[in-house]
Amino acid sequence: MDENLLITMRDISKSFPGVRALSHAQFTLRKGEIHALMGENGAGKSTLIKVLTGVYSLDAGEIHVAGFDGPVVNHSTLEAQEKGIATVYQEVNLCPNLTVAENLFIGREPKTKIGTIDWREMNKRAKDIMDGLDIKIDVTIALENYSLAIQQMIAIARAVDMDCKVLILDEPTSSLDDNEVEKLFKVMRDLKAKGVGIIFVTHFLEQVYAVCDTITVLRNGEFAGEYTVEEMPRVKLVAAMLGKDFDDLASIKKEGAGHVSDEVVIDAKNLSHKGKIKPFDFQIRKGEVVGVTGLLGSGRSEMVRCIYGADRAQSGTLQVKGKTVNIKEPIDAIKAGMGYLPDDRKADGCIGDLSVRENIILALQARNGLFKKIPAAKQNEIADKFIDMLQIKTASRETPINQLSGGNQQKVILARWLCTHPDFLILDEPTRGIDIGTKTEFQKLALKFAEEEGMSIVFISSEIEEMLRTCTRMYVMRDGAQVGEISGEMTQETVMAAIAGGGE
Amino acid sequence: MENFKKLTKKPLFLPIFCLILVLLINLIKSPDFFAIKISNGVLFGRVIDILNRGSEIAILAVGQTLVVAVSAGTDISVGSVMSLSACSCCMLLAGYGNTNVSALVMPIAVGMIAGVLMGGVCGAFNGALVSKLKIQPMVATLILFTAARAIGLLLCNNQITYIRVEEYKYLGNFIPGCPIPTPVFVAIAVILVVAIFLRKTALGLYIQSVGINSRAARISGINSDVICFICYVICGLCAGIAGIVASSRIYSADSNNIGLNYELDAILAVALGGNSLGGGKFNLAGSIIGAYTIQAITTTLLAMGVSTDVAPVFKAIIVIIIVVVQAPVFKAYMAARKAQKAHVKEAA
Repeated sequence: MDENLLITMRDISKSFPGVRALSHAQFTLRKGEIHALMGENGAGKSTLIKVLTGVYSLDAGEIHVAGFDGPVVNHSTLEAQEKGIATVYQEVNLCPNLTVAENLFIGREPKTKIGTIDWREMNKRAKDIMDGLDIKIDVTIALENYSLAIQQMIAIARAVDMDCKVLILDEPTSSLDDNEVEKLFKVMRDLKAKGVGIIFVTHFLEQVYAVCDTITVLRNGEFAGEYTVEEMPRVKLVAAMLGKDFDDLASIKKEGAGHVSDEVVIDAKNLSHKGKIKPFDFQIRKGEVVGVTGLLGSGRSEMVRCIYGADRAQSGTLQVKGKTVNIKEPIDAIKAGMGYLPDDRKADGCIGDLSVRENIILALQARNGLFKKIPAAKQNEIADKFIDMLQIKTASRETPINQLSGGNQQKVILARWLCTHPDFLILDEPTRGIDIGTKTEFQKLALKFAEEEGMSIVFISSEIEEMLRTCTRMYVMRDGAQVGEISGEMTQETVMAAIAGGGE
Repeated sequence: MENFKKLTKKPLFLPIFCLILVLLINLIKSPDFFAIKISNGVLFGRVIDILNRGSEIAILAVGQTLVVAVSAGTDISVGSVMSLSACSCCMLLAGYGNTNVSALVMPIAVGMIAGVLMGGVCGAFNGALVSKLKIQPMVATLILFTAARAIGLLLCNNQITYIRVEEYKYLGNFIPGCPIPTPVFVAIAVILVVAIFLRKTALGLYIQSVGINSRAARISGINSDVICFICYVICGLCAGIAGIVASSRIYSADSNNIGLNYELDAILAVALGGNSLGGGKFNLAGSIIGAYTIQAITTTLLAMGVSTDVAPVFKAIIVIIIVVVQAPVFKAYMAARKAQKAHVKEAA
């Protein structure tokens, strides 16, 4: 094996019941390289990573790891770790009830002479690690007190501290803001200088160009090519991922507000939830697409959760189509014609072990009530209709949702709401962690439903670009309060200025 | 071979396989195990005995399955609640303070229904603690685990209350003219009612959703607390019914012995049925097969002359084997070993 090579994967194939996830895929990682792994949802990125780290066994093919003779088979992530392969997943896999320091050192705690845990040493070292990343936090309190972004950084810190030769980052940036992403990139560059090979899975093209050296593209489980960043302009990269010419994003453009009627669907006054969101007003008309913008944790999600009743409003009034409603629980909101696609897909969206079909009909069934069960034939019909309409990639409608890729899970949750035919649909970060092709699809769908069915839609996204394309108006949030509203000619700059607080 | 492999993937394969294995051992050890004879117009035999005695565990297992699925916890009070239900029933029928009666102060049906409802009340108490106050299921049900038996004793004035009325014995023994023991019918009735209810309503979907991800279920419009509460009430009602059957069997309310350690058998039945004690997806049929498997093991041991004091040791060993074989970790290990062996063979 070449001196420089860390990992060579050849002819990797892996099938799940009914789906061929990988077919003769290959991947090569060299020392001191940041290697982007790109592809659409369901292209096999996650599967390839999981085969490498021993989460899945492989059906065919060989994996070679530097320092080990012959093909290597990992049976568990622990075995992979022992070979110097550390992984940070998209969803944080830490223990929220343990302290930051405990999370960092779990399984390898520093010991005192008599074999007990050396807490002082552990906390000190934890603090050093976090200081090294320029994150000032108290390492002795429970992880759950910190934002998802900080948790993600801690997961990365843990992997980095374990002296790995290969670091796999599976979409680590989808919940980080720009500042945090920059910190992460600094860590990545430092590691690169030390000769660590990094596999970086992401959907953000800018990030690939900012930090990566090499790109491997997978398409439909097959190897589509390996390129250096220099030889691969963006348009070519997207074309390689989609396997066709890039569906120009510019073609999605709101057709003015021609289809928006004057009928006010939701009119909220003075709603609030103590400790989460200060009193705010909100209004949306029939067929309108409205954005909510602000930094992570600025109260974007909290605001819509308060309207929907996920966090019960403690003050104010809410009118739906001119009628005052009292929303205590999400079910009241659903009965009033609302739908809510939550930002945390894993915790608030998917019912993991249940099938695609059951996940789709869940909200409709809840609205019908316990005793009006949707007949099996009708359930199948609904599920098939949406699998077809949204092009959900699944082996069958009876496949458990947790076997689907992230973007397809998101489509299932979207289907759950579409089948209730809501008047008002909240899409909270619908495009987080999904590929660019599906992102475009989601934006198009939002506009389509607003226009054709007169649905009123709230579209929340960390990517301002996306909202500029879809929304006619945006509410601006800062520090848990609504601070303004922008409309008319919006550009990236005006929105950013509004978020930052200078531009109102 | 291909077909057999497909068969082994079915969720009910292992529970049924275990039951058959236990029965097979019996067949080899004592061929007369399956002999059924009729005397005094009723059926006798070991198999009948298993069906008869296993009914109470089966009834408990129905409720326990729902509780485990919805709350990823177990209701450990069912044995004590059985006893309390039996005492409530007998106290009402005999009148407070009477310990040995041959005339009743109210119709049998009223007493029995009151006993079952008492079980429902206990279930509601457990359900409120778990769903509203978010107390760990085991801790919440620990309260009635210790208290219910004592309350029953108070109701019966610290005595064993005997109901020496022929009709009272029907439920736990035989109805004249019918050769099959009545508890079998009671179990079938309970299972049918719950199964039909799960089939005809969306309760099964709701329970699984709440058990797998209660936050997501709530966002989707399911009132997670109410669903959890309902499951505990059903579990309490099942315990009540089992308690009345047990009481009728011995035509008395023996507070200290009715339902003793039954909670363990009920929980085991759920586990043996291939249900995850971590909640979520459940299989009612598996639990019921599990219940009868446990009874079969008990009866087998007694038939082999193992004394009642030592029997739990053997029961434990058998249960360990069955549970380990069904554990996903073990299955994954065996699959990995097989793959490795195949790999080695290929290399050679």
